[in-house]
Amino acid sequence: MDLRHPVRPGPRMLPQTGPMASSRRIYGLVKRYWYTIRSSWPRTAELIYWPMLQMLMWGFLQAHLAKTTSLAGQAAGLFIGGVLLWDILVRSQLGFSVAFLEEIWSRNLGHLMMSPLRPHELILALMAVSLIKLSVAMVPVALMAHAFFGFNVLSLGFAFAAFFANLVLTSWSLGLVSTGAVLRWGLGAESFAWLIVFLLLPVVCVYYPLSTLPGWLQPIALALPPTYVFEGLRALVLKGQFSAPDMLWALALNVAWISLAYLAFRWFLNEARRTGALIQMGE
Amino acid sequence: MHGHETSPAAAPPPIVVRALRKDFGDVTAVDGVTFTLRAGSITALLGGNGAGKTTTIAMLMGLIVPTSGEVYVLGCDMARDRYGALHRMNFESPYVDIPKRLTVAENLEVFSRLYGVADWRGRVAEVCEDLRIGEILKRPYGQLSAGQRTRVSLAKALLNEPELLLLDEPTASLDPDTADWVREKLERYASERQATIVLASHNMAEVERLSDRVIMLERGRIVADETPKALIEHFGRETLEEVFLDIARGGQRKEI
Repeated sequence: MDLRHPVRPGPRMLPQTGPMASSRRIYGLVKRYWYTIRSSWPRTAELIYWPMLQMLMWGFLQAHLAKTTSLAGQAAGLFIGGVLLWDILVRSQLGFSVAFLEEIWSRNLGHLMMSPLRPHELILALMAVSLIKLSVAMVPVALMAHAFFGFNVLSLGFAFAAFFANLVLTSWSLGLVSTGAVLRWGLGAESFAWLIVFLLLPVVCVYYPLSTLPGWLQPIALALPPTYVFEGLRALVLKGQFSAPDMLWALALNVAWISLAYLAFRWFLNEARRTGALIQMGE
Repeated sequence: MHGHETSPAAAPPPIVVRALRKDFGDVTAVDGVTFTLRAGSITALLGGNGAGKTTTIAMLMGLIVPTSGEVYVLGCDMARDRYGALHRMNFESPYVDIPKRLTVAENLEVFSRLYGVADWRGRVAEVCEDLRIGEILKRPYGQLSAGQRTRVSLAKALLNEPELLLLDEPTASLDPDTADWVREKLERYASERQATIVLASHNMAEVERLSDRVIMLERGRIVADETPKALIEHFGRETLEEVFLDIARGGQRKEI
């Protein structure tokens, strides 16, 4: 039987393949999330709330320590810088994962999966949204850090760009794995999306040097790109040194992790299509 | 994207399903289902809870991959090449919402972009006028009544003027007047667009009115596949609802 099916004239439809078509679908989905963000000021305030509290708490602690210890005095900006960078990782991952969770909470995932949106376009849209949310959360907090404690994150210069890029890439890897798990196991895996980033907190040396970790844990820490960022921050603040090779190595690790995370996401998606999880999305 | 026009009778079948089977572990949800739909037809897929109709529809949409068998939709193998067909089809279900925080206009814009509708503003205006939702465009979807939500969902489903429309309980939870209005719209759309419609519904009066073919599933298998009229006659019943109850309770058809 000839299964070729001619397209019957209908509405004027734009081309469905190629970079323009992909960009249009990604833009459409980003607008969906943008409309969600702007529809609720409490949600927007919530984006800023925790980073602001963290920054204030660590900022005042550092101000106190600076009066009592010489190390803290030398390391002005060490805690605040650590907090700001850690929040970039957390907010970017949550921005990615929560945008995806919105689809499940609103029971819209079926519509997306039935639309011409490709999986990689969904991922690119989530990445773009994570950057938007990150900007909404971190720009006011960075301004407050400057106003309250005289810490200007931009004074880190090119190093800040390198730190930022590496942290955001790591956050996307975490986002891919956690949203993949939600695809496969439904809202039963939602807490994974909220908590996955905190698994890294003790290991990636946000507030203490790598040498503090026990020997057996250090290779694990060194396999995680954020460790290089926080070590890099300390080297910059305490010694005025910036190691470009370390940042490049972190970037290489990120490329490897994000590739694995993408494969994991596709595997979870295929499993969801095999097990019927896409039509049973819930707890 | 425009192709040559083909009359529905001469057009290749928009849906070809062959020996379709889906196992979930030890449970067989769909068991050797085979059917071909004629272009421009309205087919009702019926069955009790757990009969396999949701799984079958999900395989038609490519949301579930079959354990074995084939599903071709608009010429595309849905297990491997679903993106060749997805922009030419659409679906509506009261069990799949559209984002509640977005206004109706925002939702329709987003879906127009996802489907690649050219002049989406013009198309949205056209659909809104047709479905009488122009006055609620600026209201969040979550604040609408059930009837308004159904009309908006239908607008979303018609944005790309699909050649194939999958409808799951299109009039569930609607008052009789609104339900009748929705049925009329669907009939008119199918007729004007020569679209193929697959309908899953528990409303037998609706199925009798809309569909020209009924496929009944029971425990994942097709147990009846006829026009509503022929089915009623064969079972010696007055209504399709009585036929449905006969099949669901293991009744036999009348010997003719």
